[in-house]
Amino acid sequence: MPNVMIRRNDDGGLLFYVAKKDMEETIASVETDTPEAWGGEVELTDGSRWYIDPISPPPEFPTTLRFKRAED
Amino acid sequence: MASLTREETQALIQEVLEVYPDKAKKDRAKHLAVNDQSVEQSKKCIISNRKSQPGVMTIRGCAYAGSKGVVWGPIKDMVHISHGPVGCGAYSRAGRRNYYVGHTGVNTFGTMNFTSDFQEKDIVFGGDKKLDKLISEINELFPLVKGMSVQSECPIGLIGDDIEAVSKKKGKELEKPIVPVRCEGFRGVSQSLGHHIANDAIRDWVIGNRDGDNSFETGKYDVAVIGDYNIGGDAWASRILLEEMGLRVVAQWSGDGTLSEMELTPKVKLNLIHCYRSMNYISRFMEEKYGIPWMEYNFFGPTKIAESLRKIAAFFDETIQANAEKVIEKYTAEYEAVIAKYRPRLEGKKVMLYVGGLRPRHVIGAYEDLGMEVVGTGYEFAHNDDYDRTIKEMGDATLLYDDVTGYEFEEFVKKVKPDLIGSGIKEKYIFQKMGVPFRQMHSWDYSGPYHGYDGFAIFARDMDMTVNNPCWKSLQAPWQKPAEGEAEAIAASA
Repeated sequence: MPNVMIRRNDDGGLLFYVAKKDMEETIASVETDTPEAWGGEVELTDGSRWYIDPISPPPEFPTTLRFKRAED
Repeated sequence: MASLTREETQALIQEVLEVYPDKAKKDRAKHLAVNDQSVEQSKKCIISNRKSQPGVMTIRGCAYAGSKGVVWGPIKDMVHISHGPVGCGAYSRAGRRNYYVGHTGVNTFGTMNFTSDFQEKDIVFGGDKKLDKLISEINELFPLVKGMSVQSECPIGLIGDDIEAVSKKKGKELEKPIVPVRCEGFRGVSQSLGHHIANDAIRDWVIGNRDGDNSFETGKYDVAVIGDYNIGGDAWASRILLEEMGLRVVAQWSGDGTLSEMELTPKVKLNLIHCYRSMNYISRFMEEKYGIPWMEYNFFGPTKIAESLRKIAAFFDETIQANAEKVIEKYTAEYEAVIAKYRPRLEGKKVMLYVGGLRPRHVIGAYEDLGMEVVGTGYEFAHNDDYDRTIKEMGDATLLYDDVTGYEFEEFVKKVKPDLIGSGIKEKYIFQKMGVPFRQMHSWDYSGPYHGYDGFAIFARDMDMTVNNPCWKSLQAPWQKPAEGEAEAIAASA
């Protein structure tokens, strides 16, 4: 359950940054991304998948959230 | 000599690895790579930020070096206490040439060494009482001190002293911030963790100090220069460019910086970050808590400076953008003259770099402006995100080496035969004795500044002075040189 900082990059995409692992990846897709809620399963461009319970209302970025590794 | 091809570079790495025992070979192989610009993520080709192998000669430092030497040390109006035995502070004192303005010993303390000088009894009975007394003494002797930081050396963590409690108590008593920093040298694999710990200490003890205090008049062009340690005056050479653009530099982190500048940083509009490795943590924190965007920039060499100035200006309105163009134009004649003078003397020379956190990639542009080519680069303590950024800057099929060992570096140099090496003081004399021109790129070999347009002129001069120095021709003793005409005579008789 790493602490992940989500921020926008210059192109408006979302970056997924795990300080402890020096991991900086772009988010490819988010399961739930509506005006009411944000979260669910998140897939990164490197292919790894992470999970967070959908947050409602959607959080303001940048912010730090706790993610879990998504189970297959 | 033409550059090596991909296969040749790969073969060179294999050849160098050959001497290691199997286990060490396996480990070191992960740290050496041939650059491939098509790779998107560095973790696929190079592993970094791992513990060094026992038995090899590494060039890394410790967490205390990262915190006291790099991040906290240059903050000039605070006293940084090297808490523990006397050596750590004494041997690292003033070596980094972080220039500052002020009267040392009166209102600034940058080049002084304050230590609790641990003795056996302090290890046995604990050093908290000594720290308490020491802080009072410093405050009495130097009443203009704005705050103090307690930089832990190894024994503090080992014996479990509670420096936080002492700091809190004394901070209340003296009404000055006293910051405990848990940067014991044994933490982490290199100085990189020290940077992180120092950033976290700033976050916890400094950044929030003026929340809710609106007496500072903010402007719409306020910026902070982060991660510029003013080595040889670097931050000043950068600052004037930003000010000429019409921006107001509120804070310098941390070269020539003060405590109040740091406390005011959350009120700026944009954080400009030069050394990404050592201060990205605090920039990310400020972005999250105060919504301040941050961007990386590079003030080495005119190409990168112009690029960075335009990128910075794009954050602001048209006046600033127009000013940026004016600044670039103003210095054009100046830097073109520098290039015209030195480029013919340096064209085509090959450079190998092995430095710390940002220079292995940032200075590439400056060398290219002079017509030189960087054929190998590496970091002492970088993480994957640094290599992500490096791969794009480096040419294809060039060498990348992470936490290179003394042996590997020497072998690479013997095979690649660069015309110039840029690395630290520990490597300097080995390579000079091998007859290879060398610049000490940690503190600019006692020269500088190298940032900004003014710095570029000095950079070009220094590189020329080193590469084209006549001394390199005199390294071989006269009687060991083939006599004149002898080589031809042998060739003729054969």
